[in-house]
Amino acid sequence: MARLIAGLATSHVPAIGAAVDLGKTQNDYWKPLFDGYEPARKWLSEVNPDVVILVYNDHASAFSLEIIPTFAIGVADEFPPADEGWGPRPVPVVKGHAELAWHLSESLILDEFDITIVNEMPVDHGLTVPLSITCGEPDEWPFQVIPLAVNVIQYPPPTGKRCFDLGRSIREAIATYEEDLKVVIFGTGGMSHQLHGERAGVTNREWDAKFLDGLTRDPMGLTKIPFLEYVREAGAEGIEMVMWLIMRGALDDQVNEIYRHYHVPASNTSTGLIILENEGT
Amino acid sequence: MNEPNKFEDIPGTYLFDRKRSREGYHLNMFCMSLMKPENREAFLADEKVYLDKFPMTNEQRQTVLERDWLGMIQMGGNIYYTSKLGATLGHSFQYLAGSMSGMAQEDYAEMMKAGGRPIEGNRSKSGGK
Repeated sequence: MARLIAGLATSHVPAIGAAVDLGKTQNDYWKPLFDGYEPARKWLSEVNPDVVILVYNDHASAFSLEIIPTFAIGVADEFPPADEGWGPRPVPVVKGHAELAWHLSESLILDEFDITIVNEMPVDHGLTVPLSITCGEPDEWPFQVIPLAVNVIQYPPPTGKRCFDLGRSIREAIATYEEDLKVVIFGTGGMSHQLHGERAGVTNREWDAKFLDGLTRDPMGLTKIPFLEYVREAGAEGIEMVMWLIMRGALDDQVNEIYRHYHVPASNTSTGLIILENEGT
Repeated sequence: MNEPNKFEDIPGTYLFDRKRSREGYHLNMFCMSLMKPENREAFLADEKVYLDKFPMTNEQRQTVLERDWLGMIQMGGNIYYTSKLGATLGHSFQYLAGSMSGMAQEDYAEMMKAGGRPIEGNRSKSGGK
């Protein structure tokens, strides 16, 4: 049977990908951030998952204002890196796991999460930067990836509770998949940041710390945070953190916090990374 | 179930709600078109001619021609779209953020290195917190 053993959440700042692609990870600006990623890379290579379900948001790459799916799952065998306006990132093509992705789609819809099924989906920095953060620069990504895109750009995004419940449904779906697979789920985006308007650059270290604490110990508490609080306290683009709740919902009630890393800034953003393992894995 | 206009109390923040999404649709879809290299070339070759393909308002068109990054947002532009115009012109997110908040890119970058724009004093227009 497939087993979901752990979750990882991380920011997906495009500048982090650019630092990797341009060989800048060891300069004074980036080194403290990338040093903090080393334990996560080591952990992930030891866990050695077969599949990663990667929750992220598309930043007007695969989707635009033409079609705005709240939740969309990629069921293809491959997902090419997107051209986001300066050419695609020089990273490997992302290999999917079509069978499990279709199984997830069917299970989620039958469980009343009416997810959009996507066969053609270039993947942007939201998906590829977390892979660079956790895997470095391999010739091929070391696991298959199921992209799960969430709308957090057009108001209203799904609520934190809805995201958490989607995670719960993902957990059930994985538990009923017959192939023997080791699965890890990533939630990405955040932490506090705002990219637009006169308030661009706002950060909130205390709020981020409380969110990280809650993720481990009181995720149900986090599901009660309203949209307005995310925007006010964590910046307009901090709403991305609802995607971390999908990851958390997919894990057991009790988890072990394996690792945490927090750094300000990466370009405009407060960055965080946390690893949570189900007990007994 | 909607959360009306409490957002307008947050300073310097433009919620991308239905109103802005409708107002900014063609401006944003112009930016989206710059995802393709051939469109970037066509835009850079003759900006006005290229912009005429998109039925946006004259005011919106002017914000593009004048690189008025805050004006684009105020007229329905969304940062994930306007940043594609930024990329086409060789600007980073930090440059755009500095411009929108009225700061030189270097000053903005220094503020971020020092921990970012403080949340204190930036939560609420009415509450002053």
